[in-house]
Amino acid sequence: MPTSYDATTVWGVIVVAGVLTFAIRGSFVYLFGRIDEIPPQVQSALEYVPAAVFAALVFPAILVPEGAVSLSLGNERLVAGVLAAIAAWYTERVFVTIVVGMGTLWVLRFVV
Amino acid sequence: MPTVPPDLLDGVRDVMPLHLGIVPFGLVAGVAAVEQGLSILHAIGFSTIVFAGASQLAMIELLGADAPLAIVVGTAVVVNLRMLMYSASIAPYFRDFAAQSKTVASYLLTDQAYALSLARYGEDGQTDRFAYYIGVAASLWVVWQLSTIAGAFLGAGLPPEWGFEFAAPLVFLALLVPALKDRASATSGLVGGLVAVAVVAAGIPFHLDIIVAAVVGVGAGLAVESLGGDA
Repeated sequence: MPTSYDATTVWGVIVVAGVLTFAIRGSFVYLFGRIDEIPPQVQSALEYVPAAVFAALVFPAILVPEGAVSLSLGNERLVAGVLAAIAAWYTERVFVTIVVGMGTLWVLRFVV
Repeated sequence: MPTVPPDLLDGVRDVMPLHLGIVPFGLVAGVAAVEQGLSILHAIGFSTIVFAGASQLAMIELLGADAPLAIVVGTAVVVNLRMLMYSASIAPYFRDFAAQSKTVASYLLTDQAYALSLARYGEDGQTDRFAYYIGVAASLWVVWQLSTIAGAFLGAGLPPEWGFEFAAPLVFLALLVPALKDRASATSGLVGGLVAVAVVAAGIPFHLDIIVAAVVGVGAGLAVESLGGDA
């Protein structure tokens, strides 16, 4: 579903996100000397960010395809997602994960 | 004629195998932008100005769903928070860089550039740190830009019934699996994922799912770490 935001608004989002991302990347590179390192508790919390965030981006996309939770084999995204997860686990390759996931989706959609 | 520093070439050579993961990811980011109604220039803007694949893809999906702009930007910040760790961890090696070099190095900081450079700095005190870093990080930048642009042009011609929008969650899945490296982070992922599902299924508006799931998931990871000992 295409966005309803106009082109200028999207540019605004890009610039603001770009500036904030640069600030995160540069934070300690510039602050060094004033702040020596991240407190250990904060460091621990940051280590769990990728797992929590990436899972939050994956789970709803495969478990809630049309606005309601669907755990049946009729949910083609769930089947494709599980097979892609197995591929990701064994290969740790983005390319293989995409091929297995999209391939499964197409087989379920066009062949089965 | 100036010669290319050998450490820069080492960096380019070391990062080459990682391009295999970057190219499909960049293609998906380009395709997703066009599929969500953004222009090819927007796709290029995301890749050059933000230059952080996972957050770009998350923002593109949220823009496509007309999420509030504060949520779009907030999600990007949350997705990129892990880079605070990289910044702190690599800063001692960048301490002697000139101000401009620090700016360039900060802009180019990615998971891959961080991981490869830190490994190299640790094993060898003789490396020209900036040259090696640029070899890794700038070649990643070039490959990322080219693959996003290719994806954006390709995306316009893809038939909608093929469901290419599903490639975006598949990329996140490929990023998720290696992030589940111990019990605490696996808990963090499982709780974060289930909380996100609950928030979406409950029909809670504004696409708060990612930010809420991040907070609860990180909390769950910390709880397991403090209980379990062998985090």
